[in-house]
Amino acid sequence: MKARIHITLKPGVHDPQGRAIGNALAALGFAGVNDVRQGKYLEIEIGETDRKTASAMAEEMCTKLLANPVIENYTVELED
Amino acid sequence: MKAGIIVFPGSNCDRDIQVALGQSLDSLPDMIWHREATLPDLDLIVVPGGFSYGDYLRSGAMAAHSPAMREVVARAKAGVPVLAICNGFQILTECGLLPGILMPNTDLKFVCRDVFLRVENPSTPFTHHYEDGEVIRVPVAHHDGNYFVDPDTYQDLIAHDQIAFRYCDDGGEVNEGANPNGSLDNIAGVVNRDRTVLGMMPHPERLADEQLGGTDGRALFDGLVAALS
Repeated sequence: MKARIHITLKPGVHDPQGRAIGNALAALGFAGVNDVRQGKYLEIEIGETDRKTASAMAEEMCTKLLANPVIENYTVELED
Repeated sequence: MKAGIIVFPGSNCDRDIQVALGQSLDSLPDMIWHREATLPDLDLIVVPGGFSYGDYLRSGAMAAHSPAMREVVARAKAGVPVLAICNGFQILTECGLLPGILMPNTDLKFVCRDVFLRVENPSTPFTHHYEDGEVIRVPVAHHDGNYFVDPDTYQDLIAHDQIAFRYCDDGGEVNEGANPNGSLDNIAGVVNRDRTVLGMMPHPERLADEQLGGTDGRALFDGLVAALS
């Protein structure tokens, strides 16, 4: 089973990389780019067929290592 | 007094702190590889600067889960003093021994230069050889030194006098121009509530010898050894 994990900065946390990307897009002529927030995306193959178990594992991975709760949120999607 | 320095793949200030702290001790601190799951009896643990695990995922995130760090967390919770510098500070926030996180510098540049620090709390074993409000010159060298905590935790830090150092100008004024990385309220170093754990981004071990250009960092090591011996 594959877990697709998105890690994003919490609202209100400054994102200088996102801002720099936004400025670069504006410099390339993309008008109307109001805000860019950069995050992380991970694909994790889990050797587990039970959806509930895999979901619990992915959640635990996020809380223990992948995301820092001080500044980040995460979402988990599972794909058979 | 016995001190130990935890060494990770990618640590690069471990030898510097061994020499700097060794000046204040009568013997050199032990070097302890991060894979050690048991530590010897220690009166002080140092988590040094560097780029443990290449800063993968987040600075300090991987090192925080190494076998030696699990033991460091247990010792710290039992009251053993821990000094964490630069990457060490990042590792301790990831372990939860200190609040907050060190984010990428606001200008996204690696900053490597001397800065001035104001001693905000001289009532810790780490800072008691400095005066309250004393201005010291210490180098920084980091990409992720932008200290951040949520507003509630920040109020908590203030209420318990946990801010050890703030970035300031050479006159001791804390202002935006003196902030090298965008840190909240110019915070350069914090202690835990018990004052037994210090995390700081600047490198006192790099200015603890006259031949290296200054000795403003020396009082931290002398003070620590005096407090713990």
